[in-house]
Amino acid sequence: MQTRVEGGGSLMNIKERLAIPPVDMPEQDPRVRVNNVEEVPLGYTPEMAMLEAKRCLQCKTPFCIEGCPVGIDIPGFLKAIEDGDFRKSIRIMKNSNLLPAVCGRVCPQEEQCQQVCTIGKAKKDPCKSVMIGKLERFIADWEREQGGALIPSPARPSGKRVGIVGGGPAGLTVAGDLIKFGHEVVVFEALHKAGGVLVYGIPEFRLPKAIVQAEVDYLESLGVEFRYNFVVGKTAPIQSLLEDFDAVFIGTGAGLPRFMRVPGENLLGVLSANEYLTRANLMKAYDYPKADTPIVKGRRIITVGGGNVAMDCARTALRMGAEKSLIVYRRAEEQMPARLEEIHHAKEEGVEFHLLRNPVKLHGNADGRLTGAEVIKMELGEPDSSGRRRPVPIEGSEFIMEADALIVAIGNSPNPLIPQTFPDLEVTRWGGVVVNDVTGQTSVPGVFAGGDIVLGAATVILAMGHGRRAARAMNLYLSSGRWTDLAESLSLCRAEVR
Amino acid sequence: MEGRDMHQILFKKELGPDIWLYRFRAPDVVAFREPGQFVILRISEDGERIPITIADVDREAGTITLIIQSVGKTTLQLAQMNIGDSIPDITGPLGVPTDIEKVGTVLCVGGGIGIAPLYPVAKAMKEIGNRVVSIIGARSANLFILEEEMAAVSDELIVTTDDGTKGKHGLVTDAIRELAEAGGEYDQCVTMGPPVMMKFVSILTKELGIPTIVSLNPIMVDGTGMCGCCRVTVGGETRFACVDGPEFDGHLVDFDELMNRLTTYRTEEGKALEHYMGETGCRLASKEGGH
Repeated sequence: MQTRVEGGGSLMNIKERLAIPPVDMPEQDPRVRVNNVEEVPLGYTPEMAMLEAKRCLQCKTPFCIEGCPVGIDIPGFLKAIEDGDFRKSIRIMKNSNLLPAVCGRVCPQEEQCQQVCTIGKAKKDPCKSVMIGKLERFIADWEREQGGALIPSPARPSGKRVGIVGGGPAGLTVAGDLIKFGHEVVVFEALHKAGGVLVYGIPEFRLPKAIVQAEVDYLESLGVEFRYNFVVGKTAPIQSLLEDFDAVFIGTGAGLPRFMRVPGENLLGVLSANEYLTRANLMKAYDYPKADTPIVKGRRIITVGGGNVAMDCARTALRMGAEKSLIVYRRAEEQMPARLEEIHHAKEEGVEFHLLRNPVKLHGNADGRLTGAEVIKMELGEPDSSGRRRPVPIEGSEFIMEADALIVAIGNSPNPLIPQTFPDLEVTRWGGVVVNDVTGQTSVPGVFAGGDIVLGAATVILAMGHGRRAARAMNLYLSSGRWTDLAESLSLCRAEVR
Repeated sequence: MEGRDMHQILFKKELGPDIWLYRFRAPDVVAFREPGQFVILRISEDGERIPITIADVDREAGTITLIIQSVGKTTLQLAQMNIGDSIPDITGPLGVPTDIEKVGTVLCVGGGIGIAPLYPVAKAMKEIGNRVVSIIGARSANLFILEEEMAAVSDELIVTTDDGTKGKHGLVTDAIRELAEAGGEYDQCVTMGPPVMMKFVSILTKELGIPTIVSLNPIMVDGTGMCGCCRVTVGGETRFACVDGPEFDGHLVDFDELMNRLTTYRTEEGKALEHYMGETGCRLASKEGGH
């Protein structure tokens, strides 16, 4: 570690940098924001960002880069912010990450770059690490506000064509990388908008849709072709894509909702998180009746689950006018997979947490509408295979929680449509596509895959990391025709998929 | 980009009160479409996604034929559109195609607007070499669609109306029973129409021992298995009609649950329709009759 670093024209030593407290990002007041769908955190001003960037020590061994699934040069882009050279900062960023406006908002930085940040370690509190995610968001927003990214001059055409199945985070990343190598890229999107989970799943108040659209528009300006309403496996079999394209990438995500399999789950008022969020986000049910898609409007809405998706549902419910929004989760708060920030925001907005509770049966009235959930109390037993203490039902502890709507947010499985229609494609027992960890190659030559169709429901940034690795391998495949020794040929490639 | 994806209305014709036949430009949909499959439409930027079974396709022209009854805001709005107008989204073909096999004699039973999706199935059943006996029913004589087309693909066609204004006075189930009592033997039944009709046809064919395919029409959003809105109980198991169906073994379907789930948004749908009619002055013909 250096003892003195230069910054913004002034010299600061480590002690001075360590003494700067983290710069909070202003947020909408919880009482106001539950009545709108606008974004909750409001963003840094340039002054805030430059001050926050000063907290970075520019470590010689930057653990933060190691902690980033796409290996962003974090000290580099922070230094440029500190110097006020935002154009340079975004250029460094985009060397590794095409979608910083998205990642700055939805990456779990506290488990990645910020978890290993030297400042956080020095302060023995990862919440005090350099706010890398917030700065990433700042620099991406700055670029958009300047009128968007500069369009690079087109690469020399390679004469190769790539088909991408699914316009989510993985597919968009592959598209952005391969178009820059000069390949012709066509993205096949099943829905009427590109972005995948970024547009149907993650709510407006967490990720404004205009940001996703700006990224899609940017890819289009680079020459990526989007074919909407095209369900590969139905509109055309994937085999026909193999005839039309030199390589294919499958990034169809984890779109199959899991249900609880308890009696009463098909009552009116019971729906999957995917359905609830798709109606609310993609179909703009918050704007009903101006937008045509209605949504179940409960007075008391239960969301079952403890992940980010559950938090999104519970917070959306408040914005849709629910008087009470209740989270029911079978483990304790410490075991919740949701990000701390999401749990914190949900609590601020008035979401009630009912922990160590699990629905065993749903009750309805004579019209078949939900009236409540019969819930059993749980206690924590021995750790299970995930290392978390297993929740065990307490016999005879059942009671009824009243509710007129219930959202099942207990996870998603890989989308089965492609595997079902493509028998040559090797899949795991749980339906994930089997790939080479380094290259994303599947069991079918010329076909690559990545993101949640491989991982099961994971994160946006992991999907993008997959996309990035696959794009590099696909580029080599397209130029060399190598398949069996592709991983070895990619000597420059980063090691394992995290 | 938009221009290439837009779907133009090339032809439009009123088949009966509030029943419209549309031919859309939909080149992506036609190449691999088979009978029994459906599309999802969205008619405007703020529009909802609605599933409609495909009545016919013209592969060479790249067009699909849909027969749509105006019952809510979206379908009424569509009926106000003219030849030459376009809608932004048609996705498909979706769902599992009908199992078309040569089994002997096939009984095709259609009710109301359900005759539209039944027609391509009856046609395919005939073309593969089955003897096709069709029964088509409607509330009243003016509500019939595709009668001539059904006659052309059927060895025998029976027409029923609830009010006796055409064909046999009665329900399609009465006609099935008469056929059975007359000693007719049927290897397979395919029935499409209102859920309540499919329910009673299925009860009857179970009694008569005729395997029966039904085509279900639950509420859908994405149509690709992502939301689970269209879940139906078949043989005690939850299935997604959009990807596991829309056709199922009628003897195993829980029709009461299906009919109930179709009412999920009835209040909202009613309000949206009222609001739209108030704003535009549009009327549904069926509403004028006091139904």
